[in-house]
Amino acid sequence: MSTQNSKVKQLIILSGKGGTGKTSISAAFAHLNAAQANSHPMVFVDADVDAANLSLVLEPENLDPKEFWGGSLAEIDPEKCINCGACNPVCRYDAIFPDPKNDQVQWIDPIACDGCAACVYACPTGAISMVRQQEGNWFQSNTSYGKLFHAELFPGRENSGKLVTLIKQQARLYAEDIQSQCVVIDGPPGIGCPVISACAGTDLGLIVTEPSLMGLHDLKRVLGTLRHFHVPSVICINKSDIYPEGTRAIREFAAAEGLDLIGEIPYDESIPRSMIEGKPVTVLFPDSSATKAIQAVWHKTIGLLHLQED
Amino acid sequence: MQIAVASGKGGTGKTTIATSLAQSLAGLANVRYVDCDVEAPNGHLFLKPEFTEITPAVIRIPQIQTEKCTACGRCVEVCEFHALAQVGKNILVFPQLCHGCGSCTWNCPENAIIEVPNPIGTIERGMAVEDIEFFRGLLTISEPMSTPIIRQLKKMMHPQPNTINIYDAPPGASCSVVETLRGVDFALLVTEPTPFGLHDLKQMLGILRDMNIPSGVVINRDGIGDDSLKDILRESNIPILLRVPFDRTLAENLAAGRTLVDVYPKYRDILRELYQKVTEIVGGKAK
Amino acid sequence: MKLIISAQNSSLESQVDRRFGRCAWLILFDTETHQWEAFENPGVSQSGGAGVAAAQFVVDKGAEVVLSGDFGPNASRAFQAANIGMQRFTDSTKTVQEAVNQFKYVK
Repeated sequence: MSTQNSKVKQLIILSGKGGTGKTSISAAFAHLNAAQANSHPMVFVDADVDAANLSLVLEPENLDPKEFWGGSLAEIDPEKCINCGACNPVCRYDAIFPDPKNDQVQWIDPIACDGCAACVYACPTGAISMVRQQEGNWFQSNTSYGKLFHAELFPGRENSGKLVTLIKQQARLYAEDIQSQCVVIDGPPGIGCPVISACAGTDLGLIVTEPSLMGLHDLKRVLGTLRHFHVPSVICINKSDIYPEGTRAIREFAAAEGLDLIGEIPYDESIPRSMIEGKPVTVLFPDSSATKAIQAVWHKTIGLLHLQED
Repeated sequence: MQIAVASGKGGTGKTTIATSLAQSLAGLANVRYVDCDVEAPNGHLFLKPEFTEITPAVIRIPQIQTEKCTACGRCVEVCEFHALAQVGKNILVFPQLCHGCGSCTWNCPENAIIEVPNPIGTIERGMAVEDIEFFRGLLTISEPMSTPIIRQLKKMMHPQPNTINIYDAPPGASCSVVETLRGVDFALLVTEPTPFGLHDLKQMLGILRDMNIPSGVVINRDGIGDDSLKDILRESNIPILLRVPFDRTLAENLAAGRTLVDVYPKYRDILRELYQKVTEIVGGKAK
Repeated sequence: MKLIISAQNSSLESQVDRRFGRCAWLILFDTETHQWEAFENPGVSQSGGAGVAAAQFVVDKGAEVVLSGDFGPNASRAFQAANIGMQRFTDSTKTVQEAVNQFKYVK
């Protein structure tokens, strides 16, 4: 039996730019892993909590929502408000103004409120209190490819980073329980707080880029982020044939940075078509050029993670 | 007139549409293009601005003046974000957790806290093609919070007559998108006709309803998916203002940094008409 | 000497929790008297700054060493400033009692 390091590995899939194909590739990985003979269970996380799409292609069941309570928002009790206006100047978020329903009292716009509580301390009558908010739900769902941890942040909310940390942690604990070798995290776009939470402590970053000027620009930003947080990274180019000059530029960039380019996936209608059917592309189009290229990327990735492949 | 271009899902073509819209309207009014995707801005790749002003984007963070500090711990107590901790007689500040709200500063009984600017990125300004005034924010790599930069960008937009502000929003549906949308007259939603596009568009519709901002949809890459989004939009009474068909030649040109208008000049008039419809919708709402 | 151990539950037989900031429980253990007490981690439900909240709690309890698996940068900074030692569980540490037994005081 294996004497492998028992620590669960974590793979983070990022892009910088949105829409490069992270989710399609994550879904394909889920299927490719499950389809292997003697496959080892993997656990999946959709860390793009305000635009969670992985569940649309993995067909999760047993969606049992658990509440995510984030920060607090300030609320004014109109019975206690004496309209003295002490709260307005301390609010840096322009969230306090006369109540549209009753201009004799002040009101706090929950969309604008940052939850800092400065107004609570400024109020002489104690009319303002902080109320904890449910900011979303998270789920531990079954799919035919393994457990999926995902979440839905209510629209417009903050604290997506905290929700990402929560589902990552839950996934890791579950993975340890079932002695899974790896957690695969489908990351969010950008480089800010949710991306930082998603990549923290991961073992390998797979950057999915596209050959446009935008793709290359954002690749550099997300690579900088991964390096800052000490996550060793590799890249693959999706839609690699739509702009050959762009693909060349990325290859040159990768070479100059000592960055492993582990695959190039051509643009292929099988990807949007499988998205519409709601299944991984490798399931519906096992012979497409995209599938073959993704298989190659998959094999390289598990090699880099030193996962067992019996 | 203030228009935000948003989407929910990343990569649907917000920047493609926002920059082309800016180009199309450039002859009609003073156009300001504001790239609010401060984590991964791309507008400059299309509009090719020359930046003439680069200023730091800052959050004001507390600095404890130790000679006045009595270590009473009040600042630690009032901070909702745990950006302060007390260790014996020392107060520690954690800048990346700080929201710059000023509460600790106001609440200190000894007036021992001053605020100092903590740079988290830059704000850049310049002139782009076709006399478009170009603004963008750029978040420093490893900084977590983009919303304060967007807020700072929007504060720079002093109202001016005959000016159209086009805000290119970040992807997603969380607080940075809300900050971009605050105070705009109209939200142009760019989506793609796929289940991912539709799912994320619904998140956006929720936000726009809460914020009472009228919107219309541009379907980009029309033809790659299905038309199920038509039904959702009809239910919500949201007009489809434009369909841009999927086109590999267009995709290749966009990849190279040419705008929609550069590749197909007919879009200049098409986008002007779209703007006309937007003004009618906004005007209709005002009544 | 007072130790704090991050744990998944509230007794010495509980499994340790390898993540300091968001662990469920913090066990305070006195190595001289062998008295111990379990506290719910104030950082666990925080939306942000969990590490700081948990670290502040440890500082306020007067602990000298914290035993955990993983310390984030904020908690680390707070502990360094407070001169509170941080020690990591070994790969084999399973329960709070084992963590206490394995604790080596290094001056």
